[in-house]
Amino acid sequence: MAAAAADPGALAPGPAARNERMTDKVLPATEPTHAGSTHLAPRRYCLFALPALLLMAAVIISPWLFTLVMSVMEFTVGGAINFVGLGNFTKLVSDTRFLESVGRTFWFTVLAVVFPIGLGTAAAVVFHCQFPFRGLLRTIFIMPMMATPVAVALVWTMMFHPQLGVLNYLLSLIGLAPFAWVYDPNTVIITLVLVEVWHWTPLVMLIVLGGMAALPTDPYDWATIHGASDWQMFRFITLPLILPDIMVAVVIRTIDALKVFDTIFVITQGGPGTASETLNIFLYLQAFQFYNLGYASAVVMVFS
Amino acid sequence: MSNRITSGGIWRRIGFGLSVFALVSPAILVFLWMISLLLKNELDSTAYPPVFITNPPTFANDIEVFEKNNVLPYFWNSLLVTGGAVLIGLLVGVPAGYGIARSKAYRTAVMILIARMTPALSYLIPLFLLFQIVGLIGSIWALLITHLVITVPIIVWVMIGYFEGIPQELEDAAYVDGATLWQSFRYIALPLARPGMMVGAILAGIFSWNNVVFSVVLGGKNSRTLPSAVYNLLAFEQISWGPLAAAALLVTLPVILMTIAAQREIVAGLSAGGLKD
Repeated sequence: MAAAAADPGALAPGPAARNERMTDKVLPATEPTHAGSTHLAPRRYCLFALPALLLMAAVIISPWLFTLVMSVMEFTVGGAINFVGLGNFTKLVSDTRFLESVGRTFWFTVLAVVFPIGLGTAAAVVFHCQFPFRGLLRTIFIMPMMATPVAVALVWTMMFHPQLGVLNYLLSLIGLAPFAWVYDPNTVIITLVLVEVWHWTPLVMLIVLGGMAALPTDPYDWATIHGASDWQMFRFITLPLILPDIMVAVVIRTIDALKVFDTIFVITQGGPGTASETLNIFLYLQAFQFYNLGYASAVVMVFS
Repeated sequence: MSNRITSGGIWRRIGFGLSVFALVSPAILVFLWMISLLLKNELDSTAYPPVFITNPPTFANDIEVFEKNNVLPYFWNSLLVTGGAVLIGLLVGVPAGYGIARSKAYRTAVMILIARMTPALSYLIPLFLLFQIVGLIGSIWALLITHLVITVPIIVWVMIGYFEGIPQELEDAAYVDGATLWQSFRYIALPLARPGMMVGAILAGIFSWNNVVFSVVLGGKNSRTLPSAVYNLLAFEQISWGPLAAAALLVTLPVILMTIAAQREIVAGLSAGGLKD
């Protein structure tokens, strides 16, 4: 039997009659095979997932419980550990730095979802067409998404430099005034959104493109016969059909935009002042710069 | 809609070409500038108006990074952490993907995916303390364990999709022949899922390699991974642009090469599952 099982080719084409050790208790031959196997014991299949589940529980859930405990403590590294009850939470409500970071995170997220979704969908429409060098250009297009955020953020930082940066040079070439980019509290968020759009539009493009690959051709033939314009075809056939994929992209983008840390951390560290201090940066500074671990835990509890 | 562009009129084609150019040029600009910084000498790096390439091109910056800052150990750390996390991720994630796909236990899948959704800092704070208590802060193990949060969900997600595409009938035939659940997984499903494992490993590897925050928080002087070592160059060493760009390129070059070599797998994996990091 072991020999038979070791050779998938021999097993693949249906019931192998040569197996003399087959007994009725395995599976009654009359039962439809697909139904039989799903009834086989779903619970036993779960054993396969057990190690992964335990691992994730150990690394995510148990720390989370630990956070819950810490959030009611005054807990600083090297300092005293005191029980403060809801003290951390009441402190949060009146902490303007915290409240501002929440508002900032909200706006950053809205912008960092809307722009990549719009651009990414447009890019998917373009890359869905056949044109020369499509594969190569698509690879170049998705490269930002794969590139290491720290490396990319470094290059952006240099390009944003107000006096020496290449971006202001390019602006001057087309006759525009230099822009302050990340060096002005008023423009820092929108500049960071720009980096985020550059970084993650390709992911939206890939998700939507995956959806477009499954589009039926019939409606387009029909629409062409009836003289529909390209825009009409996109608006009334393509868009409704790829809407589920766009929604998936919206969900993923929202989760990721809320998580953004690397680029902001490398480019501005929350500055100038606190102008780009999103929730994640606020958390990082509280926990690992000021070592207010209890306070930071309370922030985590509020948002989970 | 496809195929229509090449048959369109001249204006149409120009318009289309321009939109392709507009989409691709930001990506090209940034990477080109990275290469440009790499090939310039110190003077030209900060010249205004910017110089694209020093004539003749020089690798002086890059050699300086290697000589002054011992980057090779960090490269090795990154390799160990990413390699280890991908290997353990496969060991744990592939069976999990199989179990979830076959028993359609999607609630279990969601539980594993929560790991992908939670912001890193929310579990880094307690993990930092826990690792400090057991004395693993500054050790490569702390990083390796934490990186599993990246690799396991990606691999599970890719494998669920992949195992679902393998017909149940193949395995039913094996059960008829008296194979156990484990044998059917080991000798039938697993060999067929090898391409899926490739996709999962590549994606998990890239996103694990790219991660910086785990190492910034949990890494010590000797266990730091390459991205956080480069961040440290920027934050504390005040070294100039040329060497910084060289370091940046050194971090991201393996990933870029991987993307080019495996772009088909990456596109397949990401457009099917729609996940990352």
